[in-house]
Amino acid sequence: MNKEFLDHRLNVNRRHFLGKAALGLGGAALGSLLIPDLFNFGEKTSESLPVGLPHFAPKAKRIIYLFQNGAPSQLESFDYKPMLNKMAGEDLPESIRNGQRLTGMTSGQTKFPLVGSYYDFKQYGKSGTYVSDLFPNIAKITDDICVVRSMHTEAINHDPALTFMQTGAQVGNRPSMGAWMSYGLGSENKNLPAFCVLLSRGRGNGQGVYSKLWTNGFLDSTHQGVTFSSGEDPILYLKDPDALDKESRRKMLDKLAQMNNLGFEENGDPEVQAKIQQYEMAYRMQTAVPELTDLSKESDATIKMYGPECLVPGSYAANVLLARKLSESGVRFVQLYHQGWDQHGNLANEMALQAEETDRASAALILDLKQRGLLDETLVIWGGEFGRTNYCQGNFTKENYGRDHHPRAYSIWMAGGGVKAGTVYGETDEFGYNIIKDPVHVNDFHATIMHLMGLNHEQLTYKHLGRRYRLTDVAGKIIPGIIT
Amino acid sequence: MKLKLLILASALLSTLAALNSCNSDQAEEVSDKLDYNFHIRPILSDRCFKCHGPDAKKRESGLRLDTPEGAYAALKDNPKSHVIVPGKPEMSEVYLRISSKDTSEIMPPPNSNLALTENEIELIKKWIDQGAEYKPHWAFIIPEKAKLPKADKDWVRNEIDYFVFSKMKQINLEPNDEASKENLLKRVHLDLTGLPPTLKQQEDFLSDNSEKAYEKVVDQLLANKHFGEKMALPWLDLARYADSHGYQDDGLRTMWPWRDWVIHAFNSNYSYKKFVSWQLAGDLIPDKNKESMLATGFNRNHKITQEGGVIDEEYRIEYVTDRTNTFGKGILALTFECAHCHDHKYDPISQKDYYRTFAFFNQVPEKGIFGTIDASFADPPNMAISNDDVKSILNFVNKKDTGRLDVMIMQDSLNIRPTYLLERGNYDAHGAQVTFGLPPDIMKFDTTKFQKNRLGLTQWLFDDKNPITSRVFVNRIWEQIFGRGIVKTTGDFGMQGELPSHPELLDWLAVDFRGNGWDIKRLVKQMVMSATYRQSSEIRKEHLNKDPENILLARSSRTRLAAELVKDLTLYSSGLLNEEIGGPSIKPYQPDGLWEVATSGRGTLAKYVQDHGSDLYRRGMYVFIKRTVPPPSMLIFDASNRDQCEVQRLRTNTPLQALAMMNDPTVREASRVMASTLADQKNSSQEKLEMAFRKIVCRKPTDQELKVLQEYYEEETTYFNINKNKAIELLKVGETKGKPEVKTIEKASLMHCIQLIYNMEETIVKV
Repeated sequence: MNKEFLDHRLNVNRRHFLGKAALGLGGAALGSLLIPDLFNFGEKTSESLPVGLPHFAPKAKRIIYLFQNGAPSQLESFDYKPMLNKMAGEDLPESIRNGQRLTGMTSGQTKFPLVGSYYDFKQYGKSGTYVSDLFPNIAKITDDICVVRSMHTEAINHDPALTFMQTGAQVGNRPSMGAWMSYGLGSENKNLPAFCVLLSRGRGNGQGVYSKLWTNGFLDSTHQGVTFSSGEDPILYLKDPDALDKESRRKMLDKLAQMNNLGFEENGDPEVQAKIQQYEMAYRMQTAVPELTDLSKESDATIKMYGPECLVPGSYAANVLLARKLSESGVRFVQLYHQGWDQHGNLANEMALQAEETDRASAALILDLKQRGLLDETLVIWGGEFGRTNYCQGNFTKENYGRDHHPRAYSIWMAGGGVKAGTVYGETDEFGYNIIKDPVHVNDFHATIMHLMGLNHEQLTYKHLGRRYRLTDVAGKIIPGIIT
Repeated sequence: MKLKLLILASALLSTLAALNSCNSDQAEEVSDKLDYNFHIRPILSDRCFKCHGPDAKKRESGLRLDTPEGAYAALKDNPKSHVIVPGKPEMSEVYLRISSKDTSEIMPPPNSNLALTENEIELIKKWIDQGAEYKPHWAFIIPEKAKLPKADKDWVRNEIDYFVFSKMKQINLEPNDEASKENLLKRVHLDLTGLPPTLKQQEDFLSDNSEKAYEKVVDQLLANKHFGEKMALPWLDLARYADSHGYQDDGLRTMWPWRDWVIHAFNSNYSYKKFVSWQLAGDLIPDKNKESMLATGFNRNHKITQEGGVIDEEYRIEYVTDRTNTFGKGILALTFECAHCHDHKYDPISQKDYYRTFAFFNQVPEKGIFGTIDASFADPPNMAISNDDVKSILNFVNKKDTGRLDVMIMQDSLNIRPTYLLERGNYDAHGAQVTFGLPPDIMKFDTTKFQKNRLGLTQWLFDDKNPITSRVFVNRIWEQIFGRGIVKTTGDFGMQGELPSHPELLDWLAVDFRGNGWDIKRLVKQMVMSATYRQSSEIRKEHLNKDPENILLARSSRTRLAAELVKDLTLYSSGLLNEEIGGPSIKPYQPDGLWEVATSGRGTLAKYVQDHGSDLYRRGMYVFIKRTVPPPSMLIFDASNRDQCEVQRLRTNTPLQALAMMNDPTVREASRVMASTLADQKNSSQEKLEMAFRKIVCRKPTDQELKVLQEYYEEETTYFNINKNKAIELLKVGETKGKPEVKTIEKASLMHCIQLIYNMEETIVKV
């Protein structure tokens, strides 16, 4: 029987192997051959297969995530709490704090004086959504967005909280949201990666970013986020030396293909053919990517909309504009990170700087997508990794104060594909400390986003070291209240 | 009874797609008795154990299928029915439920997103029919040496070959012929030192027709100082070695003396027992010294936070967790981390077992946060390495200056710190107090025999009765040499891991390795001396049809080199490599701005300050690893980000790799330097091209290959004659001094040909 058993296993394995390769899973040697273009999973060939296609009709096709890294205060942006101004200086009642753990930065404080927003709030749009004076442009698009004021998380420090928001786990090397989307849906453009990452830094107190945030984890590394940098080489090693013209590169690649084909005749390894394809893909990217990242041909109207900063490479505004272009070209998931939102002190000043750098471009993205008819199929997310405390960290004055980390409640906003525009979801108590209505856990947030993209968060799994992993781990429920 | 059915080793399947693609015309007849470990357990484990397995808390209806007691028992809510009645599938509730058409009855329930195929249901039925015999998990049975199977006496060279031959014969595959001498030489050089053979080494080997020619090479390579580097590389992944602390504020740390020790240990051929025992308990052994203390840095390589304001205990627990998981995955090849929050769902590791193991690593007098960024490059407990030490006991530590050098080490507090089971894995949710122990299903931790500390842990690990330690390491070395483990999942020997492709061979090697003093060089030699290893890697159609993944080894596997070795090959073949061993990690060319754009701006590592001179040309393993921004040229070729213990790298093939080989200044500079060297020689362009090819690809080019190169050379010469300025510009790449204005056209043309050779698929493949 041993023989038959072996035969069967090899048979199964062979089918598995081919299936796996066609799906772009695993690091199998043949894999890349069967995917003629590395980033191309969305073509007809994969439509009969479970991965590479949504589970049901999606409401959004692409995501642009404007991550505000460092955790912008909800109390100076979207969660209006006038009572904090009235009670300024008074101690946070123990009944409200109710056992919430403290970070090492405020655990030594004996008093927790409440502090209200230095900035005024007004209501905007038909929805009457409250927005602070720091965000005049976002205020103008309230009828296009859904503000979620009831996000909550488990982590209390930046690294684990950020990792949790991006990978669904506080620790560990799990795939990032974008990698899951790439794995689940593939790319729409065969010359571009499915998952792109753009980094920028503001003037406020910053927390760094790290490549683990856009990692493929245990998924194939084709699902890894590709960082686009602001220099003349948007993708690493993309640019040929100045003295090497296009024809010379072409000639070298032609000769290389000849050499590789000679090798293939000797060794018969299909991987050689795959290699030839990858070089061709690289060559196409050398043309396609610089054309895309060149913002100089944008119209004056566009420049005006995003603000003159958008012509400064590497600025938030430039990255948001680039994100639109990437997304428009079919990149499944564009992930931005903008640092500088960690206001433990000097909040009133720093937050104003941060808002100034991001408000206009963030709003412009929504308007721009809308005028291009893309907003319906693009999901835009704005927000950080947790909220900030309603009490002051450090020395307290009404003009200058700081806020510590607060995992129990924070605000984000979403817009576009499948999001109920012009709404506010969830509510915190009058202290802005605890959620009193419609909480949205990070796992719920992920489940909802996946749902909007046409994916069932319980079904998009990957088996690694004996366990089936999901972005939502073992929890997560879809929040119907923010879906059209 | 003959049943037409398809045997599915479900451990091989990871997607439903693959399952669905099975169809009946590939089914074969099976008549013999089914084996629980090989045929049934993979199905039960994958589809049933999650709710009917070892995890007591999540067990549905009190029913467990992972033990015979559980499976033969009466149903709790219906004592007349039994889960499994051996010999009687139609009376076994298991069979009735899995074969039910009623969606309220069927198992697994539809909402689990799990399903059994018809063939799997048939298999379970047949197994019950045959008596539903359970067996302990194969990896927990003490290995024994099996009798060597029959094999072709003309082909076999050592014991390995008997096992491999008999398996490939079962599907009518013949072994490939022996590889060409050139390919074999390249292969064994890369496997044992990570460096290609030089032109002289190639010539010597080609002209040595003695019987012992190959063995002579093997012995030389085992004694080569680069052997330790090559062996250390996978161990650095396993030990999550890095040069920075790792969390968001990612400051410098100085653990490189520990890395130097690992290289030293492999070069000195420390037994695996000593190698691991020192790393786990070098501070507790009776004759401890500074060297054995340094080895314990293994358990301090985990990430350490420097984020102001974190809760100290939360992170201290995180570090202990990391050590426990690393021990589980790296040394035992078991997914311990699954039992961190609850009983393991598949393997017999209870949450209590987890925290009993955790207790060993929970005794360190350490803090969750010692200070913010740059407060310390080696948090306590640490050890100073003095200038005297590096002249004596630690003479393998490549200390470059006379400044202070501290390294993190392990130490146990004087008083035992109580360890608690942590509910849901939360650092502040203390459950019952636990004492030192290990999962008894592997082997009981007998406290009358073993000390109750990390030293006892190593005694348990290397006890003659321990079923797993030797298997795991032997399998890991096998993977490094043959490209695929006998157990493919080198990090998971548990129920959900893959079954061994050659179980008898694995056991034979495991027993042999242990019986011969855990001698690593001997083990490596055994593998590379085998006929199995020496086969050519030519892939015939028959191979692709019968065994595309080369599980049965009827050929040698072609595998792309690890990221670090791609760099090594480039530097070494061009003559640029600085062969120095060890020392502080170095910062070679790197595209601008990568560190700067990701940093908070704090600490010495906020800016990337590139090194110059000979430091630019060190081996890939010495490239500085800043965890939050790992070196891009390494990551592009699938290197580990050193975030956690990793025992397996993926091998992908992407356009980003093509771009790196085309435009990374390291490759271009190597091409330019080799071109200059060759241009200075008094021979024909054809001879120069042939020489370049042989240095890089490690074999003579065929006539056709040489013709392509020659044509390219001539075309480039014509081109550069018209575009001399471009030639001069191109020849300026890299910091090695050169004279671009001398022999410009020849050098530039050669440089392009050489760069083409570096970009060939075969160049960075172990053939």
